[in-house]
Amino acid sequence: MKGQSLSLLTTLGWRNLWRHPRRTFVILFAIILGVWFMIISAGMMIGIVEQQLKDTIFNLTGHAQIHHKKFRDDPAIEHSMSAPSKELLAVLNSNEVKKWSSRIRLPAVVTSERESRGVTLLGIDPAREQGLSFIGKPVVAGRALESIDDKGIIIGRRMAEKLETRIGKRIVLMMQDKNNEVADRGFRIVGLYQAELEATELAYVFVGLKTAQKLLDIGNELSEISLLTDSRKDLESLVTSLRVAAPDLESMSWQELEPLVVLTMEFYEAFMIYWYFIIFAAMGIGLTNTMLMAVFERTREIGLFQALGMRPSYIVGQVLMETLILLIIGVALGNLLGWFTTDVILANGIDLSAFAKGTEQFNMSSTMMLTLRTNDLMQINILVILLGLLASLYPAIKAARYIPVEAITRT
Amino acid sequence: MSTVTLNKVCKIFGEGELAVFALRDVDLEINAGDFVCLSGPSGSGKTTLLNMIGGLDRASSGEITVNDQRVDKLNKGDLAEMRLRNIGFVFQAYNLIPVLSARENVEFVMQLQGIATEVRHQKAIDILKEVGLSGLEDRSPSELSGGQQQRVAVARALVSEPALILADEPTANLDSVTAENLMDLLRSLNDEHGITFVISTHDKLVMSHARRLLKMHDGKIVDDIQQR
Repeated sequence: MKGQSLSLLTTLGWRNLWRHPRRTFVILFAIILGVWFMIISAGMMIGIVEQQLKDTIFNLTGHAQIHHKKFRDDPAIEHSMSAPSKELLAVLNSNEVKKWSSRIRLPAVVTSERESRGVTLLGIDPAREQGLSFIGKPVVAGRALESIDDKGIIIGRRMAEKLETRIGKRIVLMMQDKNNEVADRGFRIVGLYQAELEATELAYVFVGLKTAQKLLDIGNELSEISLLTDSRKDLESLVTSLRVAAPDLESMSWQELEPLVVLTMEFYEAFMIYWYFIIFAAMGIGLTNTMLMAVFERTREIGLFQALGMRPSYIVGQVLMETLILLIIGVALGNLLGWFTTDVILANGIDLSAFAKGTEQFNMSSTMMLTLRTNDLMQINILVILLGLLASLYPAIKAARYIPVEAITRT
Repeated sequence: MSTVTLNKVCKIFGEGELAVFALRDVDLEINAGDFVCLSGPSGSGKTTLLNMIGGLDRASSGEITVNDQRVDKLNKGDLAEMRLRNIGFVFQAYNLIPVLSARENVEFVMQLQGIATEVRHQKAIDILKEVGLSGLEDRSPSELSGGQQQRVAVARALVSEPALILADEPTANLDSVTAENLMDLLRSLNDEHGITFVISTHDKLVMSHARRLLKMHDGKIVDDIQQR
């Protein structure tokens, strides 16, 4: 199509739209609403997935981990690993890795004067956990662990309630040591932490790394090394480097460590496309109907176009151009409204604390943050425009099929 | 040289017992530069004949040639192209595009033909001046009188200098003074530009302007009169 014809079709499309302003505004409103709803839905779904992923990574998983090869199947003390070798340290201290930390992670039993509960004991390096996991954040009561040989213990706020204990009280940790003997020791509670999920607060207790190693009599041995990179994507080369540097150990990316999260993400991505189609269906029917009405009303004019020498393909183009202008305006305003809703009105997320029990079941935080990604916006916009054009293809083809002599004489 | 040739052209509407012959074996030759009027009572086949020549409708049988092109053999797209390059139309009901101004209506065909913006702007202004609409170029059709609208339609038909202009009852909605002016205009354009005109009409005034008068009855040309 030549530029001049395109400019003619644009002129006709634009002016035809405003012949019936009310009708145009109604369908425009439907498009804006549809696009807005798609953006909000996408924002919510992506927000949920991103939050879950963030929680997973921040909940001691990191972007990648290194373990003894049998540790994941049986997280027992005999499946500990030695302190990182020179080669492994070279990779861990390279520019590819933003943060890393060594940990002891073992099943244990914690006992207060009143209650006992099964937990996972984590021996950590508090300084290295800053920005790597949630335990690097300030505690909500008491103090944080100060060094790897800190003698205190930090437990979850909820765990303190369950154990009916509090800061300053002593609790006893029991676990198996390397000789399969019960190792136990009393710890004074020095701080309480708060996590996004109550289950996390009940699952983990934290002591200093060195303190845990001493308690278990394992020298410098470790259970895991967790690390963070600049991006959660493109971890393949780093994991390969880790595997080369430590061939006797198991190096895994978060995708391998948390396949369920990956599946959830994939499910949401696929579901969103179906969801867009469902939303579009309502909008598309309205659009088809509007363009059919427009074509029907302009039968005589279309006959005139044909008589004056407009090719059938140009007539299709003329109807599509009118739809395209409508869609571009609708999509632009829908995006603007979507952006305003997600980034201004709901910038602090949607408070779901009233449904905290339910959100906990789905591993969701009580605040739902809406997240907009450029590629999802592009996906919505392209989808709406393409499907919109597809929806108006029927009226367009119908117009092009008019017989000139019948069209031009229709009253 | 013939601009239009019809050879045994028939047009039948309906089928079986309900079949109506709108044209019966019409043979016709119209020479380049001619000014032809088709006259006859309603239902005699004037408009059908114009539609066949213009490729707006298809003949049931027979051959139609316009400017050496077999109209009856062309597909829909090629027919549109043929009309774009060879034929200008003037309709009874003016048929201007309501969302375009007078000048844009005149430019419409040239724009489809791909003529450069400056050239078509100038041609549109010149032709509107020629049909007496200077100063009204930017008015929309609804802001023009019936006579002015018909002049815009004539300007649109003329501006790309087609080989043939087909006009279906062009004066039917005009008062006698406006109709007289329009016919004078068409005749002078025919004289000056040598464009072939074929006009269907009931109007004696229009017939009086014709060089050649074809009388039709029951789908046949029953009389062919050279006037002046």
